[in-house]
Order: sequence, then C-alpha cells, then structure tokens
Amino acid sequence: MDTRFFTTWIEGIAKAVAENREHLTALDAAIGDADHGANLDRGFTAVREALAAAPPDSPGKALTLTGTTLIRKVGGASGPLYGTAFRQMGSVLGSAPDVTPSDLATALEAAVAGVRKLGGATEGDKTLLDALAPAAGALRRAVQNGTKTEDALDAALTAAREGARATIPLQARKGRASYLGERSIGHEDPGAASTVLILAALRDAAGG
Amino acid sequence: MTTIPQPLVGVVLISHSDALATSAAALAVQIAGPDVQVVPAGGTDDGGLGTSPDKVTAAIQKVDRGVGVVLIPDMGGSVLTARLLEVPGQVAIADVPFVEGAIAAAVQAGIGGTLQDVLDAAEDARIYRKL
Repeated sequence: MDTRFFTTWIEGIAKAVAENREHLTALDAAIGDADHGANLDRGFTAVREALAAAPPDSPGKALTLTGTTLIRKVGGASGPLYGTAFRQMGSVLGSAPDVTPSDLATALEAAVAGVRKLGGATEGDKTLLDALAPAAGALRRAVQNGTKTEDALDAALTAAREGARATIPLQARKGRASYLGERSIGHEDPGAASTVLILAALRDAAGG
Repeated sequence: MTTIPQPLVGVVLISHSDALATSAAALAVQIAGPDVQVVPAGGTDDGGLGTSPDKVTAAIQKVDRGVGVVLIPDMGGSVLTARLLEVPGQVAIADVPFVEGAIAAAVQAGIGGTLQDVLDAAEDARIYRKL
C-alpha cells in the first residue's frame, strides 16, 4: 500500500463524512451536542485542503498531516481523538514508501493505544474505541492468518460495525454523553459510527 | 525604588463557550486582582461552541512567564485538547470545577504561588461547600 492508497483512503473518509454528516449529527443530538457530523466534516474538508496544498510523499506523512489538521480544525472531542489516532499511525509508519498489511495492523494498534491513553477510555465505555479496537484486533488476526488484503480489511470493517452496534445498549462512561447517565442507553455512539465510516473507506481504498 | 514584579503562574480557562470562558476569566480577575494572568480560550475559531487548539495555544503563550501555566478545561473535547498541550513541569491541567477552580487558581497565582501551589488551590475548590 503506497501513498496513493492512503490519500485515496483519506479522500474516501472525507466523502463519507460529508455524505453522512446529518446522520452523525442526529446520533450526536440524541446523546451529545449535535455537532459530530458538522465537526468531522469541517475537519476532513480542512484535511483535503492540506493534502492538496502540500502533497505528502509517504503514507506516514499523509497520516500525520491528517491527524495534525484534525486536531486543529475539528473543534470537538473527536479532533484530539481522531487526530491522535492518525498521528500515531503516521508515527509508526515513518517515511517508508510502502506499507504491508502487517504494518497497517501495527499502525491501527498504535492508534487504539493513543486514543485509549488520551481519553482514558476502555472498551465498553461507549466511545469510538468500541469500534476501533475490535477492528485493529480483527485486522491483526486476519494478517496473521495470511488473509489477502481486501478480505483482511473486510474483517476489520465487520468488527467495527459489530462494535458500533454493540454500543447501543451501553451507558456512556466517557465524554459529554456520560453526563446523561442512563439517558445515553439505547443510542449508537456517534464516535463509533464515524469510526465505521473510516474503516469502510479503508476497505474501499483496497478495491476488489 | 522600584521593585521588579515577580513572575506569576498563568491560568487559561478553556470552555466550549467563548462567553463562558470570557466571563469566568473576568470574574476570577475581579476577585484575584488585575495583576493575575487569567486568559479565556473559549469556543471554536469561527465563534461556535467547541474547542480551538490554536486559541488555547495562543492563550498559553500570552500568560506564560516561565513559571508555569495552569489549564482549566470545562469538559469533553476541551479536556482532550488541554491534554495534548500539557508540558511536564510547565503546563498542567487542573481537573476541577470550572468556575470555582478558576477563582481558586487565580487567587493563588495572584499571591505568587508556584505551579504546584496553584494546582493544589484549584483542587481544593472541589470540596468547597456553599452551605
């Protein structure tokens, strides 16, 4: 997977976020402050502009630029969280021109660790980690089993979807939604939902 | 004879709301005195509800006299933004109630407390009783 693969992925995320802006905002309106869709859309629009203004020459640089831009531009909690996730991936991949599926699994694991450390959340707290952590785990297992890239990314996407769906009955223990206590039960976590979009765009970037 | 003013610990109030941060800073300065460096960093770059890392970074630079800066975030994203900007021994987060913590921190900073003194004073705001 080369730089083009990663810029295609990020472009795909930007497109998916724009298309799902209202859906994400509706999920956030139920248990948050109704800005997740607008915030992420603003963030990824800025990412698109940043990538166009200074085209990165490695996957790692593309991811780091994405993360830095998200931290500066999103405005909500998802900025520092996703920003850290992408910056961690960029840091792991360094300036290597090509990334193996195993490298990508390592990068996703680093993203999970970074998000966990920054937000202090664990799985089951009804956050984006509930989708991201299973996705990273599924990708690692698929890579270890020698699964071809498209199928490995399919497995990661499926795990993210299942993880996001499983947030519905949970009570939020982190972030703004945690102020709602039991009122947060019965709604899908918006961060987990946007993580599914990110994993779906990753799957799409692999084609096939 | 003139005395060189002692550098004071700075305080940055990070709220989702520009109005809340600005008003809390004004209240803290009114109580702690005009020499205290308490600066608001509220809202997004375009004036909406949220957090702007650029605003927070600028506020830190504005109040930093080399003896420490205390960040007081309100919740959620502002806490995460503050965490990204922590510098061990120099820029520290006070995990405290926003208004009470801001006032307690400002008062302690105003009397020349160290970074740790100011963090401790803000922490005490957790257990203040109003009745």
